[in-house]
Formats: sequence, structure tokens, C-alpha cells
Amino acid sequence: MRLFQRAPIAPLDYTRRLWMRAWMAGTLFFLYAPLLVLIAFSFNDSKRNIVWRGFTLKYYGKVLENDALMAALGNSLTIAFLATLFSILLGTLAAVMLWRFEFPGKAGVEGTMSLPIVVPEICMGVAMLVFFAKLDWPTDLPWPLNLSAITIAHITFCFPFVAMVVRARLASFNKEQEEAAKDLGASEWQAFRHVLLPHMKPGIVAGALLAFTLSLDDFVITFFTSGPNTITFPVKVYSMVRFSVTPEVNAASALLIFLTILLTSVALKLQDFTKATA
Amino acid sequence: MSDKPPVISIRNVTKRFGNMVAVDNVSIDILEGEFFVLLGPSGCGKTTLLRMVAGFELPTEGQILIGGQDMAGVPPNQRPINMVFQSYAVFPHMSVADNVAYGLKIAGVERSELRTRVDEALELVSLGGLGTRMPDQLSGGQRQRVALARGLVMRPKVLLLDEPLSALDAKLRAQMQFELAELQDNVGITFVTVTHDQDEALSMACRIAVMNKGDVAQLAVPSDLYEYPANRFVADFIGSVNIFEGRLSIDEPEQAVVDCPELGRVYLNHGVTGAHETTVWVAIRPEKITMLPAGQAKAKDSPEGSNVAHGQIKGMSYLGDITLYDIRLDSGRSIRVSRPNLSRWDQEEFQWDDKVSLCWHPSSPVVLLS
Amino acid sequence: MQDWKQHKATFGAISLGPVLWLAIFFIAPLAIVWAYSFGRNAGLTEIDISGTFSNYARALEPLYLEIFGKSVAVAAITTFICLIVGFPIALGITFASPRARPWMLLAIMLPFWTNLLIRTYALITVLRTEGYVNKSLGWLWESASGLKALVGLAPLSAWEPLPLLYNNFAVIFGLVYVHLPFMVLPLYAALDRLDKSLIEASLDLGAGHFRTITQIVAPLAAPGIISGIIITFVPALGAYLTPDLMGGPDSQMIANVIERQFKRANDWPFGAALSFLLMYATFILIALQALRNRKAETRA
Repeated sequence: MRLFQRAPIAPLDYTRRLWMRAWMAGTLFFLYAPLLVLIAFSFNDSKRNIVWRGFTLKYYGKVLENDALMAALGNSLTIAFLATLFSILLGTLAAVMLWRFEFPGKAGVEGTMSLPIVVPEICMGVAMLVFFAKLDWPTDLPWPLNLSAITIAHITFCFPFVAMVVRARLASFNKEQEEAAKDLGASEWQAFRHVLLPHMKPGIVAGALLAFTLSLDDFVITFFTSGPNTITFPVKVYSMVRFSVTPEVNAASALLIFLTILLTSVALKLQDFTKATA
Repeated sequence: MSDKPPVISIRNVTKRFGNMVAVDNVSIDILEGEFFVLLGPSGCGKTTLLRMVAGFELPTEGQILIGGQDMAGVPPNQRPINMVFQSYAVFPHMSVADNVAYGLKIAGVERSELRTRVDEALELVSLGGLGTRMPDQLSGGQRQRVALARGLVMRPKVLLLDEPLSALDAKLRAQMQFELAELQDNVGITFVTVTHDQDEALSMACRIAVMNKGDVAQLAVPSDLYEYPANRFVADFIGSVNIFEGRLSIDEPEQAVVDCPELGRVYLNHGVTGAHETTVWVAIRPEKITMLPAGQAKAKDSPEGSNVAHGQIKGMSYLGDITLYDIRLDSGRSIRVSRPNLSRWDQEEFQWDDKVSLCWHPSSPVVLLS
Repeated sequence: MQDWKQHKATFGAISLGPVLWLAIFFIAPLAIVWAYSFGRNAGLTEIDISGTFSNYARALEPLYLEIFGKSVAVAAITTFICLIVGFPIALGITFASPRARPWMLLAIMLPFWTNLLIRTYALITVLRTEGYVNKSLGWLWESASGLKALVGLAPLSAWEPLPLLYNNFAVIFGLVYVHLPFMVLPLYAALDRLDKSLIEASLDLGAGHFRTITQIVAPLAAPGIISGIIITFVPALGAYLTPDLMGGPDSQMIANVIERQFKRANDWPFGAALSFLLMYATFILIALQALRNRKAETRA
């Protein structure tokens, strides 16, 4: 991607035109500059976070020593893991159900299934708050059972995403493959396990990563379901951000950004990224 | 032919995509009013060449002149040519008439003239009265006619057609071949067509450039391509052919002899220039070989009797008008022979495993140097 | 497609889990909120569902109507800016080389995968009074002032940092920052599906690039543009975090009002009514989009 190329620009080579490159560069700057500044200043040896005063890792040390923050991170990862597990199961079942069967009220079920994706987060958060209050859901259970309310809420908004991704994958399934398996003597279950499941796998993996990220990212819905003993990482960062801009928050944020990049790389590796999107 | 100036002049044009050479130093002159066809297998560079003429790709090297003017730096929307796309590219959100009128509107043609020209163009492609239809209400063939009308209404110097018939079914394609040729004759506009279908090319073209791997393998009128192919690629690509490797042992102005290890001596009643004692290839079309029951070969002194080979029938396929025979020669090589079924019982004359003799006239084989 | 009646056991095993989960943990909570929206506070934790419409009536008071209107306006401006910024980006990705395309998509998507809270925080750090935007602008101002002084003109007045945070500008800026990928992806999907030879045909017939984009590309990409608009507008309308952290006292959006009813004012019935009004607005938009799609499908 050299900026100035000598070869003439063909009519449809919009991407190689200078104004287009300037526009894209500007947009990427807009998207990335704040994040890069944030990461850079997590290494800055200054409390006030404005002028560069030299490299330090001490704020990372502070973050790692901050028990409340670490506990929140542990909670977040536990919730994300559990929510992903259940979402895969429920989402895959839902996808197969909608893809395979014709039943009365199907359009209704399909529509309801997509609701958690489109309902504003605030409404969903409020609903969860009200629901668990109405049930008098116990809040003093031992860890990790005390995370159950948040986990349930996360599963509810994650599994429809998994269902959507897996179903999109199922659309490309050639039913003759399953018929061939049965023709060769496979039972219903064997045909599912040997033919349909391997076909769904990329969709399930993509859905799992989506669910994990959504769960790890969620603030609003968690904000309404978490209690004083069940703080998640975003909720903790939120309370820190409300107070002030400090290098410690930068370091904590940078850690989560690195985690995101790591997860994304794994996801891309798993999906043979350049082929999948090309 | 040479009294008219070329309407398109392609001069030493090369196109590279990265390290891949799509078009390799090609020079072609296309004459005014002719129906020119670029023929070749997929990936031979024919479409790239057409798109360079249209201005959608830019040559890496070389020049393209249209009507004597260098097209370097001239964008597609200012070139005096129009194109019919492989997918037809009929704008799906505009009616048939709006599609045809699109270019005229941009050119600022007056409303009254615009209407008559659109009507004329639709009439020309037999779509009169369908102007208000939307493209999704048309058949594939009709959509192609819209694309044709949309290009022709601009009265371009040249109309470029990219695989114009490839999306049509076989019957419709045969009919459109005639219609396109007739249409071109009526409007007198130069047509340049790209195709991979040899039947299409042979039936429509004034001249054909056969392309292979970015190069022009041969540029000739259709009958010459078939009867006088310039090389093995063209001989093999156009029609069906048997090719045997051999050495030119006698080469005189009026006769020549090629020794082919797998076929025997091949006598020719014409000379081959400048290839004495080198490797050459003999090409014989299946329909130019006469097949007789073994031992009934023509008299040695008749022209056809001079070339004889023997073998056994190892395969037959009856195609209605002709029957194809696969014959294993004594050398072990297979040769293909076709026989017209002139009477209803002709195909019963030969059976599997019959021993046969093959003869051909000394004018039939073509000697290829590459 | 199989009829469920012929495979009752399989169908039951497959559908029980997801359907029950959805009914218990999604429909039931929403139903409770819906019921509360027709109730009133009776005591500290008791809510009496009396079927009253007073909560909805209160939501229609000018104070709340204004907040609704403001939310719609902010979301609309955000969506518009995203469209203007995102369309050339989507066009650029569509016509990039096949090798560069996935990387460009990734570049647009990566911030989207990053935690919303962190992105908002990053924006706050650069936009605040001592942040980098203000510092750079200040530096430019001083330089310009110095240059003027150098050529003998009166220097500019002293630099006043711009109030870039805690106002409506900050909210819109933040929402655009967060929602841009939502707009680019559907636009890209629509443009990528577009038959490139339609663009070529337009150029071939004499149209310029601008005309081709307005008369051919935009109308044909309309379904993608509309879904991009809705996908951006809906979450922007219900945004909570951005106005909460980046807005000033007068840039509260509907979600912030809802939050206040539940967490501070403790007026759950009124909050429930507001929630459902927001949800109805969302549903109407999505239903319109679905209707449009269905129409397009039946025509094709």
C-alpha cells in the first residue's frame, strides 16, 4: 500500500485514488489515535498523564496488585466462559431447530429469538433487574454461584447471536450429504454427529468467540444485575473512570485491549481469516 | 481491405498484473465495419484486451488508438466506443427505455430526438413496445437485447461485446449468432466480440484473432483458421484434429514427405518451406480420412492411395449426422476418424474390433512448424 | 424442511432448551416490566399493578418529550455523520485488492471488538481540557500567533482550550466513534454484492464518477444503506454509556432517564413505561425494515 504509485489508476481503482486514501487514513486515525494514546500513557511515568516523563511499568504492577480489580477481572472471565458454553449449546440447538423444522408459530419463535439482539441494552438491563428482584434471587451465595444472575442475563443476550451465526452457516449445508450418510447406514444421531456437526463447526467457533467478546464487553446489562459482591471488570472500570483519568485506569484498559487483540488473532487464525473474508 | 484505415489499432500492448502477464506484446488492427472476434480459452487475455480497449484496464506498455487517436489518459466515459457486458449490466432499477436513454441523457440529447432514437434502437433489436418494462420482467435474451440497444443507440465507432451469448441456452445462442451478424451488417458499426466458443466465432466473424497465453496465436478469416492453422494450438483449439510428430525428409516445391514414427510416411502434394530435417507436426482432420475394410485400400497410384495406415476399431460413437471412430493404429497410437451417415444404414458398415485401412488425399494433411 | 409432527421426539429434544430459556429469562422479565408500566409505587418495594396509564401520560409531558426528541435528534445526526464518513470507506474497501480487503475490514472491525467502556474512556482522555486534541490545537494557535508576530501583525489572543467534553458535541462525537463500524459493514456488504459491470456500463455510456455513484450505485445499494442507517440509529437511540460519561447536564438521553428511575429515583413504574416507549420505537423501525426486505424479496 504505497501512497504514491507510479502505475496509472484504472477507472474502478477507487481505493488507489488520493482523496480516498486521505479519507481512509483520516478515519483510521480517528478510530485508532485515542486508543494508541491510551496505551502509550499507560507506560508514562507521571501521575497527571499529560506530558511524557519516561517509561515505566509501575502502573501495571499497581493494577496487578489491585485486588478489587483483579477479582472483577476474574468474575468477568468466569462469566464470559460460562455464558459462552451455554450459548453454544442453546444457540446451536436453536439454529438447528429453525433450520430443520416446520412448526406452527415458527415465525413468532424466530422473531422472538432475534429480539435480544435488537432490544436496547438499557431495556434488557432493566428487565433483568426487575426480574431478579421479583424472584428474590439470592445475592449472598458463595462464589461462583453469586454470579448466576449476571451469567443468566449474559446467556440470554449471547445465545441468539450464536444461533444467528450457526444458522447462516447451515444455509450452505447440502442436505444430500446427510442423505448420503443415512443411505450408507448412519442413524439420525450418527448423521448429525458425522456430517452436520462438522459442517457447523466454523459457525460454532465464530459464534463462541462472538459470545465471549460480547459477554466480556457488556457493561449496561451487567450494571443492572450486579450487586456489591459481584463486580465485573467493565463495572469496576466504570466506577474508576467516573472519578478520574489516571494511569492506572489506562493500564487496566490497555490490558483488556491486549486481551481483545489476542482473542481476535486466535479467532482469525482459527478461521483462516484471509480466505474466509476474501 | 487495406483501403480503409483501422478503426482500432492495438500496438505492442502488454498488460501485467503483478508478475502475471495477461497480454503479451499484442498488435492488432481492426478495420472499420468488420465483425472482429477475439477467440481463446479462458485466461488467454482476450477479455483483458477488450477491457483495455474500453478503458477499464490500462495497458502496462503499448498504445491503443481508436479512430487514429491515442487513448492513453482518456477515461472510458470519453471514448467513442460502447460495450455490451457479459452479465449485460442492465440497470435493474431503470425501465428498458430509461436504460437505453441513459447514455443519451448524459450526452445532453434533446428530449424529442432522444425519444425517437430510443424507439429506433428498441425496434432494431426487436424490443419495440417493451420500453416500459423493468429488467426483472424480461428474459435473459431480452435483457441482452436491451444491452445491445443501449450501446447501439450511442452510435459508437465500435461496439465491444464481452462473451455476449455465453449466458443464453444453446437454441437461443444459435439464433442470436445469426441475428448479431445480421444486425452488425445492418448498422455498419464495427463489432469486436470476445468469446471462448469456436462455433460462435466461426459463424459470426469476418476475422478472428485466436489468443493463447496472452499472445495472438493466429489472425485469419474463419475458413483459413480451420483449413490452414498456423500452429498446433490453433489446429487443436478449432475443431477436432489428429496430430502426429515427425521429421520432414523430403521438401520440394511441389511435394514433401514427413516420416511419422506413429503413422508412417505421409505424402503431401505441396512443399513446406524451410524446415528440412527438423521436427514438424502433421495435422489431419477426422473428416478428411477415408475408412475402408482392411485390405480394400485404394490403389497405390491414386492420390488417396499414397497415404495408407492400418488399424482396428476400438471405439465408436454415433452422433446422428456423423459417427466418430476411435482407431488403434498398428503403432499403438489412436486416431480419430469421422464418417457422415449419408444413408440410414451407413453406421452398420463397421463394427467394434473390425480391422480397417485409412487413406487420405495428399492435400489434406497440414504441416505445422510449432 | 421437516414437519415437526413426523419427528416429535427429535423436535422436542432440540427445541425445549432454547424455547424455555427464551420464555423464562427473556419474555418473562419483559412481561414484568410491561406489567409494571401500568402500575404505581405502593410503599417502598411494593408495586401495585392497577392498569393505570398515568406513567405513559407522564412520559408525554414536555420535559420527557423534549428528551425523547433530543435523543432522536442526536441519534439521527450520529447516523448521518456515520453515513457520510462510512460510505467512502465502504467504497474503498470494496474496490481494494483482494489481498488488502480483509485487512481493511479488520482495521474497521478491531475497535468494534474493543470494550465500549475503554473506547469511551480513550476518547475522554484525548478530548478533555488537558487532552491531546486541545493541546495540539493550542500548539497550532500559538504557532499561528507566532507567525503573525513574525511578519509584523498583531499576535492572536491567548489560547482558550475548547470545551470538547461534557456537552452535546462530545456525545455525538462519541456515538460516531462507537457506531461507525455498524454503518460500514452493511454498506460494504451491499456494495460488494453490486455487479461491478453496472458501474462500468455507466462509465462506458459517458457518465462521470459522481453521476455514476448518485444514479447507479446509491439506488442499487439502497437496501444496504437503509439497513446501515437502522443498525446505527437503533443502538444510538438507546445509548446509555456515551451520554452518561461524555455528556453534560443537558445532554441526557432517554436511556439515562430510564436508568435514573430504576437506580436513583426509584420510580420503577415510570421507568418501565419509558423503557417500553423506547422499545416500541425500536420495534417500529425494525418492522419497517423487515417489511421493506420482504417486499424486495417478493419482487425478486
